[in-house]
Amino acid sequence: MAKIIAGVGTSHTPALGAAVDNGRTAEPYWTPLFKGYEPAKKWMAETAPDVAIIVYNDHVNAFDFKIIPTFGLGCAAEFPIADEGWGARPVPIVKGYPELAAHMVQSLVLDEFDMTIVNEMQVDHGLTVPLTLLYGQPKAWPVRVIPLAVNVVQYPAPTGNRCYMLGKAIKKAVESWDEDLRVVIFGTGGMSHQIQGPRAGLINTPFDTAFLDDLTRDPERLARIPPIEYLRDAGAEAIELVMWLIMRGALGERVREVYRFYHVPASSTGVGNIILEAA
Amino acid sequence: MSKQPEEYEDIPGTWVFDAERARRGYHLNTFFYSLMKAENREEFLADERKYLEKFPMTEAQREAVVSRSWNTLLDLGAVSYALVKLAFTDKRSYQYMASQMAGVQESDYVKMMTSGGRSPDGWRSKSDRKN
Repeated sequence: MAKIIAGVGTSHTPALGAAVDNGRTAEPYWTPLFKGYEPAKKWMAETAPDVAIIVYNDHVNAFDFKIIPTFGLGCAAEFPIADEGWGARPVPIVKGYPELAAHMVQSLVLDEFDMTIVNEMQVDHGLTVPLTLLYGQPKAWPVRVIPLAVNVVQYPAPTGNRCYMLGKAIKKAVESWDEDLRVVIFGTGGMSHQIQGPRAGLINTPFDTAFLDDLTRDPERLARIPPIEYLRDAGAEAIELVMWLIMRGALGERVREVYRFYHVPASSTGVGNIILEAA
Repeated sequence: MSKQPEEYEDIPGTWVFDAERARRGYHLNTFFYSLMKAENREEFLADERKYLEKFPMTEAQREAVVSRSWNTLLDLGAVSYALVKLAFTDKRSYQYMASQMAGVQESDYVKMMTSGGRSPDGWRSKSDRKN
């Protein structure tokens, strides 16, 4: 039986990927960040899951404005790297797991989550930066990836509660797949940040800290945070944090926090990283 | 017909990209999306006005693109995730675009961020800004 053994929460700030791609991680600005990710990288190398479900948002790269799926599950065998406007990141192509993804779609739709099936899709920094942060720069990614793209570009994003419930349904879908697989789920994006308008640069460290705390202590409280609270208190783009609640929902009732890191800033973002093992 | 003002309209210095802005900004954002291709970036930079004629956007939107009036573009329906492709086309960063929107030099913006960022205090509500 396939099992979701752990969840990774991480920001996916594009500048983090650019720092690695351009060999700048030893610069003083970046040192604390990459040092902070070292234990998570070590954990990932030791854990070596077979499959990673990566919950992320596309930043107007795979999806233009013609079609905006609220939840799109990547069912392809591979996902090319998008050119987001400065050339594609020099990272390996992302290999999928179409058989498991197809099973997940069936299970989720019958569980009343109306997923969009995505059979061709380029992936952008939202998905590739988390891979870089947790796996470094291998020649090929040592894990098969099922992308779950969530709309957070056009308001409203799905609510935190809806995301949390979807996570629970993902757990059920994975655990009904009859193959011994160790699965890790990523919730990416955030934490507090705003990259638009005169209020750009907003950071709310107490909000972020409470969010990290309650992933273990009180995820139900996080699931009840209304969209306006993210927008007002943690920045217009902090709504990305609802994607962490899909990850959290997929881990079951009890989790054990095995690592946490927080740093301000990467570019305009409060960067958070947490590892939760299913208890 | 119109709807009640949304609660998020009370957040200062922020344009939430909702369905109404998405409607107004559709062609503008489609233009930003086109800048994902290197050949389109070149064609745009070679003659901006001519390239913009391909997209049925308003003259005010075209003017704001050419003058790189970042906040005006947000007001006219741009979404930041798409808009940043214009900054990338100019070989600028997200951080540069954010500094221009915040109305400060990029170096001052970087300094604000490395000092912990902008506090939400005084920026939660338009009524905060008046005090």
